[in-house]
Amino acid sequence: MGLRVNDLKVYYQTLRGEVKALDGVTFAVGDGEILGLAGESGCGKTTLGKSLIRMDGRMRHTGGTVELDGAELPIGDDRRMNRFRFSEVSIIPQYAMSAMNPTRKIGKMVADLLESRGLRYRNLAGELERRLDLVELPREVLGSYPLELSGGMKQRMVMVISTLLDPSLLIADEITSALDVSTQKAVARTLVGFRDRGFVRSVIFITHDISLTYQIADTIMVMYAGKVAEKARADVIVNAPRHPYTKLLISSLPEVGVRYADRKLAGIPGSPPSLLDPPTGCRFRDRCPLAHDKCAEEPPAVEVEPDHFVACWKA
Amino acid sequence: MLKLDAVAKIYKVGAFGGRTLTAVDDVGFEIRSGEVVSLIGESGSGKSTVGRMVLGLTAVTRGSITYDGADIATLPRKAYYRSVQGVFQDPFSCYNPVFKADRVFRMIKEEYFPRVAAPEWDAKIEESLDDVRLNPAQVLGKYPHQLSGGQLQRLLIARALLLDIKFLVADEITSMLDASTRIDVLNLLADLKSRGLGVLFVTHDLSLGNYVSERTVVMHRGHVVEMGLTDKVFTDPRHPYTAKLLSSVPQLTTKWDDTPAVPLDILDYGAAALVEVEPGHLVRQEQSLRSVN
Ligand SMILES: Nc1ncnc2c1ncn2[C@@H]1O[C@H](COP(=O)(O)OP(=O)(O)O)[C@@H](O)[C@H]1O
Ligand SMILES: Nc1ncnc2c1ncn2[C@@H]1O[C@H](COP(=O)(O)OP(=O)(O)O)[C@@H](O)[C@H]1O
Ligand code: SF4
Ligand SMILES: [Mg+2]
Ligand SMILES: [Mg+2]
Repeated sequence: MGLRVNDLKVYYQTLRGEVKALDGVTFAVGDGEILGLAGESGCGKTTLGKSLIRMDGRMRHTGGTVELDGAELPIGDDRRMNRFRFSEVSIIPQYAMSAMNPTRKIGKMVADLLESRGLRYRNLAGELERRLDLVELPREVLGSYPLELSGGMKQRMVMVISTLLDPSLLIADEITSALDVSTQKAVARTLVGFRDRGFVRSVIFITHDISLTYQIADTIMVMYAGKVAEKARADVIVNAPRHPYTKLLISSLPEVGVRYADRKLAGIPGSPPSLLDPPTGCRFRDRCPLAHDKCAEEPPAVEVEPDHFVACWKA
Repeated sequence: MLKLDAVAKIYKVGAFGGRTLTAVDDVGFEIRSGEVVSLIGESGSGKSTVGRMVLGLTAVTRGSITYDGADIATLPRKAYYRSVQGVFQDPFSCYNPVFKADRVFRMIKEEYFPRVAAPEWDAKIEESLDDVRLNPAQVLGKYPHQLSGGQLQRLLIARALLLDIKFLVADEITSMLDASTRIDVLNLLADLKSRGLGVLFVTHDLSLGNYVSERTVVMHRGHVVEMGLTDKVFTDPRHPYTAKLLSSVPQLTTKWDDTPAVPLDILDYGAAALVEVEPGHLVRQEQSLRSVN
């Protein structure tokens, strides 16, 4: 049944006012689906990921609903969310690798985590070891400290731990951004393997790198300034995007298989608006080459073809 | 213009400097004016160490680096830095948040041009901002937090240009930038190149190297494994490590699933030499010890 997010609004409370980081976000992720979440830094990707599992102190659930497998996910209620964390929704946060406690052996860390869920390490040790074998991590890593693992090994370890209880939804936030290309490929493919084996049912794969998302995601959702700009099958986003922002973003990406001797790519002039006091109407308006009077009104997300959503008056 | 000849860098590591680490070994290539050479490799391959040696920030252990024929170790620092400058990964850390961003220009004036009159200096700043396509009204008098990463990075390049530099070391200068502004910084390098600037473009991102450079040097564990024209190296890689890197790069034109995996052997570069496989295309011919994945 998967995840359904409806008109979700999550704001940060700051001294200068509310930062409208997620401002009416609607989408769904189906069973077995990997949704790639892309967009420039500051568009709200991390905020969305965190909102679905654990809000930090300054975040406030201002509106909208989240449903997981048909049941409401009480995202604004830290205590009630506890029941879902790790077992139903799990996250590999940005910088997970450096967040591992350096003074605790990895096996002990897993035991602590399971215990905190009322589970016994002993009962899951067999499965844990099977999964380590699968990602080609030697079982000895359980007796090591995080520092003793390479970047790619740590990342695979975090993936195994966060999916050990076969959660329905896994959120992976920039999990390969600090890795080298060959390690990045291995880690991204491991994630696909986890989905294929049913260790997780659906995945939200967050990255600023559209080329990377394209390699593993079934669907790509592009966000801009706290809102969904476009969402469609991965090959549609890459080959037939309809939102001006997606088009410009895709056409600004250099590729290794291409000669650029006498061809230049162009960036997108300007920068995204502040979310402290975001402009009314289309938030992409001041950078959009197609902007017209109508864009002073907010464009609704329209399903232009089955499963292809675009929020633009010109799409 | 800038030439590295059999350069090595050995760091002393460990508590009392008792052990050594060969970060760079037998690296040699040349960059002419009006040419961008990309130095590509994964983290730890020695790229930044090469950049830092070129900038004289760390000394070579063996070999030599010459600028217009003179060993840079013998050149007076100040004169060298008027011609050769570096820009690095993190533009944010180069600015002090309590001062306005354009203070980086004033520091250049105090250091190198104390006697230039104010109006003349302002004109010079405008000119170099124009070179990096920044609008003076949008960036002068602003604090760092009021500017974007792309603007801050271009300000640093403008600062280097104030010195009439001939050569720029650009070490991962776009890795903190979003895709939408990154390409502008790359296009800027291409512009500067067409006006005669030589650039050492250090990156782990093959698609960026492919976009901006004429020639490419690929490093692995401190060694140059392959170098030649960018077109050649990227379309006809002759070294297995280059092929492996290329097959791992995510692309919009092909999927990993449709390209065969390239196995990588464990390589011993020990005494292996670079061999010219076609004019200007050099490949290291080492022994393969063992094949993995
Ligand atoms: N703790 C916070 N307090 C206030 N604003 C925040 C905080 N964290 C993020 N933001 C703001 O929320 C917006 C979305 O940020 P984020 O979700 O981290 O974006 P992304 O992950 O896409 O880069 C940005 O404008 C950012 O400045
Ligand atoms: N100041 C230093 N002291 C000791 N080792 C260093 C120092 N700087 C770099 N190294 C080591 O040299 C190797 C190459 O590093 P670096 O040149 O930064 O590579 P890259 O830029 O390709 O990531 C690495 O193993 C790194 O740990
Ligand atoms: S709604 Fe208007 S401003 Fe927004 S993307 Fe579409 S055309 Fe551009
Ligand atoms: Mg983020
Ligand atoms: Mg480096």
